[in-house]
Amino acid sequence: MADVTYIQATRVYAKDAPPAVDALDLDIKDGEFMVLVGPSGSGKTTALRMLAGLEPLDGGRVEIGDKDVTFVPPKDRDIAMVFQNYALYPSKTVAENMAFALKMQHVPKDERDRRVREAARLLNLDDNLLNRKPKALSGGQRQRVAMGRAIVREPRVFLMDEPLSNLDAKLRVQTRSQIAELQRRLGITTVYVTHDQVEAMTMGNRVAVLAGGKLQQCDTPRQLYDNPVNQFVAGFIGSPAMNLQTVPLADGGVRLAGIVLPLPNAVTTAASRAGLSELVLGIRPEHMHLADGTGGLTGEVVLVEDLGADALLHVRLAGESNQVVARAEGRTPPAPGQQVTFHVRPEDTFAFNPETGARLAG
Amino acid sequence: MSGTIGWGVVAWVVGIAFFLPVLWMVLTAFKPESAAETWPPKFTFSPTLAEFRLVFSGWGPYVTHSAIATVASTVLVLMLGVPAAYALSVHPIKRWQDGLFFFISTKMLPIVAAIGPLYVIALKAHLLDSIWVLIILYTAMNLPLAIWMIRSFMLEVPGEMLEAAELDGAGRTREMTEVILPVISPGLISTALICVIFAWNELFLALNLTVTNAATLPMFLISSVPQEGLYIAHLSAAATLASVPVIIVGWIAQRSLVRGLSMGAIK
Repeated sequence: MADVTYIQATRVYAKDAPPAVDALDLDIKDGEFMVLVGPSGSGKTTALRMLAGLEPLDGGRVEIGDKDVTFVPPKDRDIAMVFQNYALYPSKTVAENMAFALKMQHVPKDERDRRVREAARLLNLDDNLLNRKPKALSGGQRQRVAMGRAIVREPRVFLMDEPLSNLDAKLRVQTRSQIAELQRRLGITTVYVTHDQVEAMTMGNRVAVLAGGKLQQCDTPRQLYDNPVNQFVAGFIGSPAMNLQTVPLADGGVRLAGIVLPLPNAVTTAASRAGLSELVLGIRPEHMHLADGTGGLTGEVVLVEDLGADALLHVRLAGESNQVVARAEGRTPPAPGQQVTFHVRPEDTFAFNPETGARLAG
Repeated sequence: MSGTIGWGVVAWVVGIAFFLPVLWMVLTAFKPESAAETWPPKFTFSPTLAEFRLVFSGWGPYVTHSAIATVASTVLVLMLGVPAAYALSVHPIKRWQDGLFFFISTKMLPIVAAIGPLYVIALKAHLLDSIWVLIILYTAMNLPLAIWMIRSFMLEVPGEMLEAAELDGAGRTREMTEVILPVISPGLISTALICVIFAWNELFLALNLTVTNAATLPMFLISSVPQEGLYIAHLSAAATLASVPVIIVGWIAQRSLVRGLSMGAIK
């Protein structure tokens, strides 16, 4: 059990290249499930490896439980890591794999066996699996063994590097909830890296969004979704992604699809204070409400993706070249080619500075 | 489809072409000397073990020398090659490329060019006609290839697995014994096998540096060729027997050999 703190932690791979992780400040509370999420090259895995001690720091420091571990070798950090490809030892049985770290710590044999059995029980791993070699296991079982290897150590921090990326979609959803539940039960501080924003949203107590080696925002999933601080976070979190489009400012709002879409006063004030003539407008698909009559955003349905409970409409708005996506009720969606009208409430819109990407107060 | 059949025919023709001399050698070994050198070759004859008996009566010391030189040099090659390959792959030393190039560069000089100095050194060191000179030279001969092979196997060990071992608290020794060696063991076996074959079949060094006290099996084969008279059956019997150990070792190691030599081909 411990807090984890990154203080201006920096990692530079090549002299002339931009830092892989750039002055990362992140505070992870004791027992918290923190997800690092971002596209590839965002520095999330590097940040995790810095915490593991597998990657040296070129600046700043990393603390575990208020102790500076920047120069502490990995084995003395009291952490356990679950690797993307599990990294099980092929020549050892499942039980030996799980007990290996304890053996290295000279934990007596019966204590090792007890902890292995306990971890196996926690993970629903059959006793007869314990004597098998990893290659005789299914992907899902290997994944659980990799988890078990981390659990038996009873570490202060769990590190997980995309542990679900090798599972098929259904198993991934199942395992996702199992890991989250297990972490809550064990209460061990966990840092979890993923590129999948759904995993990030469903598993994390808090989510840190990284891009280009920089921390964009760190907050609860709900806050990230409702109050993204910049255009990157707004576009990255949420599926389907938020509709983002650069639009010219007009009196009291922005000009889109031939009408003036009203925006909250705070936004228009902030935009004029910044001297902007246009801004990036963001609307989540579920905030595009189908409506009758006029006065809304009109367009033509190009494609309907029926997801069962609801349907995604790909719509080309009147006079615009980009398509937008709207979420509609699944039973009676409009057909492709049909003209539709959407109403959007001003308070449901997001506005970003087109130059900096920063959110305009809303 | 017809292409597949065509290639199948080519494969059989080439395979049989390669195998025929071997078959001819084995058949000849069972012939009496009088039937061995006829033209066209006879395929009906009354087989005899006479030539084998003759070979058995004379080859004892040669087999012993060959076995000692082969086994000892192979063990030495693995003991030296594994740490060397480790230092050039898993945790590479500074300028590891230079080290790697140095090892392979020792194979660039034709051994004939080095035999003079080697002879003088062996003479001064009182190693001429001693089994030690063969053990040392066979080790030196096989080591570069072994290092290159073992290194390529070690590079195949997933980095994540080594990192997992590091996090689990395994030091360098445990990393080697518990993680790396079990993973590359098929590769080690194929490396050892190749060293065994090269050392077992080596003639040039043995011929030039030994006479009787350390003379090896290939030298026995040569000595089976008399200056005059019939000798084909005798030579065939000796050659057949000399290839048996390599075939046995190869057969035992077959699975590892395929897996070892194709390591890296499949992930």
